[in-house]
Amino acid sequence: MKPGGATEPPSGTANPDRAPDLPDLERIPIEEHIVEIVSDSGEGAQKAGQSFGTLSAKMGNGVWTVEIIPAEIQPPQRSRAGASGIRIRLGSGKVTNMGDTADLVVAFNEQVLYSRIEQGALRQGTLVLLENKWATSNMPEIREAWVRARADFERAGLDVREVPMETECLKLTDNPFRGKNMWVLGLLCHLYQRDLEKAEDQIRTIFRRKGDQVIDLNLKLLRAGTTWARTHLGFYYDLPTRMSDQPLVVMNGNEAVGLGAMASGMEVCSMYPITPATSVSHYLSEVFRDAGGVVHQAEDEIAAIGFAIGCSYAGKTAFTVTSGPGLALKDEFIGLAVMAEVPLVVVVVQRGGPSTGLPTKVEQSDLLSALYAQPGDPPKIILAPATIEECFHFMITARQLAELTRGPVIVLTDANLATGVQPYPRPQFKREWLAPPIDQSPWKPGVPAYDWDPETGFSQRPIPGQKDGMYVLTGLAHDEGSHVAYDPETHERGCNRRSRKVAAFQSTLKSPKVHGEGAGDLLLVGWGSTMGAIEEAVDKARKRGARVSSLHLRILSPFEPGLREIFGGFKKVMTIELNYSDSLADPYITPGNRRYAQLAWLLRAKTLVDVDCFSVVHGHPLQPAMILEVIEGELARLHGQPGRRLETAAPLATGKDPSCLA
Amino acid sequence: MFGLMPNCRLDLKKPYYCMADYQGAEARWCPGCGDHAVLATVQRLCRDKQLPPEKTVFVSGIGCSSRFPHYMRTYGFHGLHGRALPVAAGIRMRRPDLHVFVVMGDGDCCSIGTAHWVHTIRYNMKMVVMLFDNEIYGLTKGQTSPTSRAGTRSSTHPSGSVLPGLNPLPITLGVTNVSFVAQTVDWNPAHMMATLDAAYEHPGFAFIRIIQRCPHFAKGLHEELLANPDRTLYLDHKQGITLPDEVARMYKNRARHDPSDLIAALTHAMRTDVIPIGLFFQDRSRTRYDVYGAANINTPPERKEAMLNRELDRFAV
Repeated sequence: MKPGGATEPPSGTANPDRAPDLPDLERIPIEEHIVEIVSDSGEGAQKAGQSFGTLSAKMGNGVWTVEIIPAEIQPPQRSRAGASGIRIRLGSGKVTNMGDTADLVVAFNEQVLYSRIEQGALRQGTLVLLENKWATSNMPEIREAWVRARADFERAGLDVREVPMETECLKLTDNPFRGKNMWVLGLLCHLYQRDLEKAEDQIRTIFRRKGDQVIDLNLKLLRAGTTWARTHLGFYYDLPTRMSDQPLVVMNGNEAVGLGAMASGMEVCSMYPITPATSVSHYLSEVFRDAGGVVHQAEDEIAAIGFAIGCSYAGKTAFTVTSGPGLALKDEFIGLAVMAEVPLVVVVVQRGGPSTGLPTKVEQSDLLSALYAQPGDPPKIILAPATIEECFHFMITARQLAELTRGPVIVLTDANLATGVQPYPRPQFKREWLAPPIDQSPWKPGVPAYDWDPETGFSQRPIPGQKDGMYVLTGLAHDEGSHVAYDPETHERGCNRRSRKVAAFQSTLKSPKVHGEGAGDLLLVGWGSTMGAIEEAVDKARKRGARVSSLHLRILSPFEPGLREIFGGFKKVMTIELNYSDSLADPYITPGNRRYAQLAWLLRAKTLVDVDCFSVVHGHPLQPAMILEVIEGELARLHGQPGRRLETAAPLATGKDPSCLA
Repeated sequence: MFGLMPNCRLDLKKPYYCMADYQGAEARWCPGCGDHAVLATVQRLCRDKQLPPEKTVFVSGIGCSSRFPHYMRTYGFHGLHGRALPVAAGIRMRRPDLHVFVVMGDGDCCSIGTAHWVHTIRYNMKMVVMLFDNEIYGLTKGQTSPTSRAGTRSSTHPSGSVLPGLNPLPITLGVTNVSFVAQTVDWNPAHMMATLDAAYEHPGFAFIRIIQRCPHFAKGLHEELLANPDRTLYLDHKQGITLPDEVARMYKNRARHDPSDLIAALTHAMRTDVIPIGLFFQDRSRTRYDVYGAANINTPPERKEAMLNRELDRFAV
């Protein structure tokens, strides 16, 4: 959506009800837009973007935000690697993913733009509003870098407009480094005709702890940004808003996990700081104590889960939150929770691996680890929310399942859900969501601690304080009475009962629903946060006549039933994932030794269907355009045409010269 | 006797627990193992304090001594090697009504679980914590332990261990917010009983190192200590652990030690010429994390609902 100059007449028709009265400005109608704000770390681009996203959601736009996070807290200024910021995709309808290339970028310096170009986030014609104070810097090397960059951006086809952010902010504050972000929010408020009163409320909310002086200054900056944009930019976007008929809430996935935990009646969050999981506890720490809960920051990841297990054993089910490296440390305790049947919820906010990997970036590489990393193969339930709304509701389900099946339930989210912000229908609280009070009635004498139902493996657990329920929980092989028993028969029976619980739970599930037709040429299978991008690509391809559908799995252990039957309706089935898989084009790689993407690996084993996969580990959320390319390549090949097989590395734009933008 | 009150009335509704009520499975430690004596003393403590078995939890790690909960008839948690303390802390956090005891060996506490040892001292949650220190790994068959003295011949150091043994006492005393540290020996039931009693009554994290004999892998380790009473230093103070005169009399080597004096406690704890027994340090006023943790356990569902709705309002579009 390149804003035209005075020579281009505006297209589309104005909505007389809501077109603002700005006759002197060009009105550019849009249905959706992708906006980015990028800056050096600490300049508050994310705060401005989150406010803009929330504000847009409040006005009735669909919204999805993704943070652009450098790994360091204070990387050097004006460095490409240090780019910090946020992408906000907004539309008049529902928005389910980050989309493809940006339409508008607000950049606080020219160097951070390079990193966005390198990452393929921009295209020819992207409008860039660029801080111009660097052009007149008193440091010659900065002035030279500016000139070079302007030439590079010109060649790349970016539509750069200089904005005197610093100069304007200096009229109101001595420290524009801290205030520029709210000025930019004001600028965006003009461009997208946001409700200024709502924007002011937003500022009052985010600075509520900073005092009236700070609020006042930021309100002034906001208004100044709006006024400047209105007098200098000469256009505005007309993005229809549609107020939902049901009440909505807007938050990120980690806040949804925390709120879901509160709604589930769990009272203890036991954690150790790890990116990108920690903000669950930040949120909870603000509100949990008033709601009867407590956040325990343990001395390490192992203690965090041990503490949660102790809480669960002695009372209500507790939960712990972590990310990949923390999950590795928790594995021994997860095995104990399975073996000794302690209800527990483990939230894993996945990031890039192996090892410390990409701490701030998204990946789906912990599925096999969650399922199989613990020694001795302990069976367990794994859930994977696909949306921020599901992050909330799955916590309630996870608590209930942990108690029903008397064991751990792992909830796999990821960095994209954790920091992404999206509106969803406001949950209507139900009293049964809350955990019941701790049972302290006398235990029925003679009933053993593991009174396994021979058919389902389910049993009720005695809780300390229950008279006559005394037993000694142990991770050793044990019989129904929790007596240590090494004989073959007892161990076989114990393993069987614990495994039976997972199968019994599976028997209650229905087949997952296919998105699109139930039969066709190609079925894409995904899990977790990629749902929005996959379905958007499938919808676009179907509009072009492609016989492609998608299937999104929320329960990864056990699988929902009927997968083999669903797969049977398609000529080809492939997973789309954010983890590593070998490319068949690579040296030494054959269909026999190929490492498949993780869900594909499991589906091949469980269904005996030759499931293919497309997966990438570039650290970004999946984008619809890339998936669309995969679909088109696969379909062409299915139809005997020389369709390009999109391989793992092909769509990466790393190191891309700015002169060859998409 | 069942229901017999001190005023010789019978209260038939009030249970009276006797030793047998605390006895679980038959102990399967080696004959001559010091653990047997600790088990008997702990069962006596439970009886003397009339702890309801269903309100009592023994938490352990992995090792010979960690079989302890199986031999009690209370609730028990025989968990992972080195991880007894985080579990016990979790149990204590929201259940102020339970009596929590922790049993660890020297490998458990001073090697694989060192981080938890240090930090749980600092949390200072009310529980009785017993370190069974026999200076050797028993269950895995005779490897050097962190507390093994230099030159210990073991499965992993057949020609003798290289490093001096780690002394757990100064470490414990050195942790910020420490509140109770005592030492006793498995061969003096009266002193052990008095120590356990003081630990049980302590409002916080009561750490007891029990010098304990392993007749199988560390045979004769404490023979000299047993043969020569002067090798034991009896820490004597009216605020400390006091023994009846007839027992105290056997300890000629005594020191007046005020358990509120942390620096003096450290000095005693670091002595190698003698083994001090008694109370090194006690401070009843230290910050307790379990008091913070259990402050809101009775929040009614109405309040939770109201809080949730308040939060949803905050996120409302």
